[in-house]
Amino acid sequence: MIFVNGEAVEAAGEPTIRDLLVARGIDPETAGIAVAVDAEVARRGVWQTRTLRDGAHVEIVRAVQGG
Amino acid sequence: MTRATPLQIAGRSFASRLLLGTGGFTRMEALGDAIDASETELVTVAMRRIDAAAEGSLLDVITAKGVDVLPNTAGCFTARDAVLTAQLGREALHTDWVKLEVIGDERTLLPDAPELLVAAEQLVDDGFVVLPYTSDDPVLARRLEDVGCAAVMPLGSPIGSGQGIANPANLTLIVEAAGVPVILDAGVGTASDAALAMELGCDAVLCASAISRATDPVAMAHAIRHAVLAGVLAREAGRIPRRTHARASSPVEGMPEFAE
Repeated sequence: MIFVNGEAVEAAGEPTIRDLLVARGIDPETAGIAVAVDAEVARRGVWQTRTLRDGAHVEIVRAVQGG
Repeated sequence: MTRATPLQIAGRSFASRLLLGTGGFTRMEALGDAIDASETELVTVAMRRIDAAAEGSLLDVITAKGVDVLPNTAGCFTARDAVLTAQLGREALHTDWVKLEVIGDERTLLPDAPELLVAAEQLVDDGFVVLPYTSDDPVLARRLEDVGCAAVMPLGSPIGSGQGIANPANLTLIVEAAGVPVILDAGVGTASDAALAMELGCDAVLCASAISRATDPVAMAHAIRHAVLAGVLAREAGRIPRRTHARASSPVEGMPEFAE
């Protein structure tokens, strides 16, 4: 189980960050998005290789309107 | 038209002294038109969980208008969350500038001073250009400058309240002491509030709700742009001192004396 944006998600094996994005319908090439894993930024350069262990907390964010 | 001197923040020069918050616009077209009308060069955005269903036109609009983006840490209540949110903003938007907000109270959205100072120091150490949203406390503003913030952004009054500048005396003290730009952030309700901020010596004004939630946001963006320019020009022109009594502007000599 991986926690993605607060939602528990079943994951087969240990997916990479990129795998997770694709599985959720998010194009990893999308500009303006960022990922944190267990409260640390995972830079775009590691998305293809960094795997997510069971119980990982992932936050995927983007820019929205705000003051 | 007479132009004010450019605004300098962390070595960058801005012709516009109006920063625009993108929050509160109900239509992207209105945001784009307000960016044009405001002539702003720097707009703020927030960082939130991605929603696959949401359309992604915000950055498209900002990019199309050729303005720079300033991510904020709105909604964060701890230094830890604010630092991480700033780092996500840097990663997502390729900028090391951040409008730092650490909120201490949900009802007033006033800053949490101790957490703000901790977050500011950590972000400066991490290489950020930190623009902190702060209370109108002159001592806190000085402390933020001391830890290396590139500007200070005192509130006029609570975010979105439209109450204007509640404490002009404190704002004046902040301006007098500051060695970095002072940007009035929060509280502007209409054009005169923005003009007053500049007349008091602020270097710039940030508006979100005052423009985005006006009946006609684009018209208000025009109005506040002119107000900011009027205010800074008036400040540079040097206002007359306030006097208790009148001082005639017509000569007192040479008055005719009329026959009884």
